[in-house]
Amino acid sequence: MTVNRRTVIKGLGVGVGMAALGAPAVKAQPKPIRVGFMTVKTGPLASGGIQMEQGLALYMKERNNILAGVPVEIVTVDSGGAPAVARTKMQELVERNQISAMIGPLSTQEALALDDYIRETKTPTLSVAAADDMTQRRANPWFVRVTSTSSQCSQVMGDYAAKELKYKRCSTIADDIAYGHEQNAGFQATFETEGGKIVQKLWPPLAVPDYGTYIAQINTKVDGMFAAFAGSNGFRFFRQFNEYGLRNKIPLLGGMTAFDESLLQQMGDDALGLLSVNYYSATIDNPSNKRFVEGMRRDYKVDPGYYAAATYTAGAVLEAALKTAGGGGDKQALMDALRNNKVEDTCRGPVAFDKYGNVIGNVYIRKVAKQDGRLVNAVIKTYENVSQFWNVKAEDFLKNPVYSRDYPPAKFLEN
Amino acid sequence: MNRNAILALLGVVLLGFVPFVMDDFFINLTSQILCYALFAVSLNLIVGYGGMTSLGHAAYFGIAAYGVTWLHTVAGWGQLSSAIGAVAVATFTAAVFGVLALRASGLSFLMITLALGQIVWGVAYRWVGLTQGDNGMRFPVRPEPLGFNINGATSFYYFSLIVFVVSVYIIWRVVQSPFGAGLRGTKDQPRRMRMLGHNVWMIRWVAFIMSGFWAAIAGLLFVYYQKFVSPYTVSLQQSAEVLLMTILGGAGTLTGPMVGAVIVTLVKNVASSYVERWNALLGLIFVLAVVFMPTGLVPGFRKLWKRRTAPPPASTPALTAKPSTEHAS
Repeated sequence: MTVNRRTVIKGLGVGVGMAALGAPAVKAQPKPIRVGFMTVKTGPLASGGIQMEQGLALYMKERNNILAGVPVEIVTVDSGGAPAVARTKMQELVERNQISAMIGPLSTQEALALDDYIRETKTPTLSVAAADDMTQRRANPWFVRVTSTSSQCSQVMGDYAAKELKYKRCSTIADDIAYGHEQNAGFQATFETEGGKIVQKLWPPLAVPDYGTYIAQINTKVDGMFAAFAGSNGFRFFRQFNEYGLRNKIPLLGGMTAFDESLLQQMGDDALGLLSVNYYSATIDNPSNKRFVEGMRRDYKVDPGYYAAATYTAGAVLEAALKTAGGGGDKQALMDALRNNKVEDTCRGPVAFDKYGNVIGNVYIRKVAKQDGRLVNAVIKTYENVSQFWNVKAEDFLKNPVYSRDYPPAKFLEN
Repeated sequence: MNRNAILALLGVVLLGFVPFVMDDFFINLTSQILCYALFAVSLNLIVGYGGMTSLGHAAYFGIAAYGVTWLHTVAGWGQLSSAIGAVAVATFTAAVFGVLALRASGLSFLMITLALGQIVWGVAYRWVGLTQGDNGMRFPVRPEPLGFNINGATSFYYFSLIVFVVSVYIIWRVVQSPFGAGLRGTKDQPRRMRMLGHNVWMIRWVAFIMSGFWAAIAGLLFVYYQKFVSPYTVSLQQSAEVLLMTILGGAGTLTGPMVGAVIVTLVKNVASSYVERWNALLGLIFVLAVVFMPTGLVPGFRKLWKRRTAPPPASTPALTAKPSTEHAS
């Protein structure tokens, strides 16, 4: 076939016509995308991982699997909490399922193991992993965290204890893992900046069967005790603390996951009045959260806590970014949207992100109370738009070493 | 033996064709399988041939992984010297642990290796200044052996394959050597071996060190692949998993641990995408193997094969490895 001017013009005409006809059709039916969801459904971290799945499943159900007009398929994988498996699973998500973004992983170890693979494949990642350095000294440009760093919430608690509760002397107890160390250090940093003194630090191992030996060491001449526990440890510790008769002697201040909603109903009325800090509470009064809590109670018969709220929030943040970026086709555009968006309507309240990818959002001081016959973490004070650096300038904050068991150094330890 | 050599060659050639027929995901998965297979084969040296069941084998694997990362990123050594240094440290640890563990045998040996493994885990987990604790350490960039870039899935696969084939060949030669025969002898008839003038303790110790050395090589492959090492690498779970691979596939055979590594890795990484209770699936496979093929899959299927091919009356079920070791020593 020879190509003369006429065929070229015809061809062009057809092409233009097709483009004109095709455009509205494309707009009405954007390209479906896949979103990877890496969670933990087996092993010791499974309870949190399953709540994460419930939160996300509920969000997708409410949206009928369409976010910002884009049909979204969630591809769920279970890493079992093992870093090496997490990597293979992510390869599966990226290479075989061609995901546009990933929600997860749960644990810091996994997030760190995936770090360079996330960079390599430029996969926008919305993680729950709390380790401070993921958005501080080891910040990854493809990473956003919609929840909180380990220390973000406890820094608020330290300030609250010193300024509002007027505590002068506090002790701390935390799981002996990075998550516990960082929460604890955050509390210590702000509490001591405001003139308080940490007089005792206790570090029970993560899997300690009995807290008796630690409770026996507790210095009772304190105004309060900060307790940073993960999983069901907060519940176990509190039960023994109560049995030893310390409940009414030493006020307990809980970290993010110490008195989680998922454990609260088991703790019984003894828990009434306990204070804790978190980026979320099931009692937050906004329409999005009302819908969320109702849905969780209806579908799963539980109150949402830290983990379920994390993925529900991630869903909202992702939806907003898909809207701004006009779909998930362009990863860079999606990532920019994720970081630059300010999302007003999430279950935890409005959220924005700093340039390290960490959330700036409300942090709540909560008190265990009884509402409609069930125990809830009722919000008693809201700190708005809290940054991971608290009130310190990011550059100054980052000059210090990362929070740890020994940093900031405890100058006021007794015994 | 000739037939086995042909089979082995055929296997290597088939493995060499993997990148031509599979996508990147499976190429990477096969690289991982090779790494775990070498790890399991190394453990098999003491479990299968020496009769010493260890629950702390991840220690040497992990020390090599941590060692090369630390030497390269913290101490600033070059890639090659870090690798050599790491393997040396891991092998030396195996030598020391061997002295301690070999004071006992059987169940006590198992418990001592378990305890020693937990010490290593404790250091990885708690000595934050050295190992960065449970956050783990990153290994920045893969080495370039002889100037070859092994960052891609295919090139890394061939790198793993070469390391694997060379290592397994050497292990096979060791097993076939008089030393290997001696080792099997110490497993089946330690008293007789002693009577014959062999230093049973020394044979076991040397086997233990060799086993640690090859685990360290597997550990290097692991960290080159993952570019990350965390306390999970030296955990009891990891030790138990590699023991499971070895026993499932068939301890005391060269190919058994490899088959075990294939099955465990596939179930963990692939089946877990389809089966939520993949741990249970793994357990079920293990139970079935124990019930129907108590010596492991490879010996089990070999027996089935023999029964099918051999004329029926000539089947002699009691034919085990015992007589041959006595001849060899």
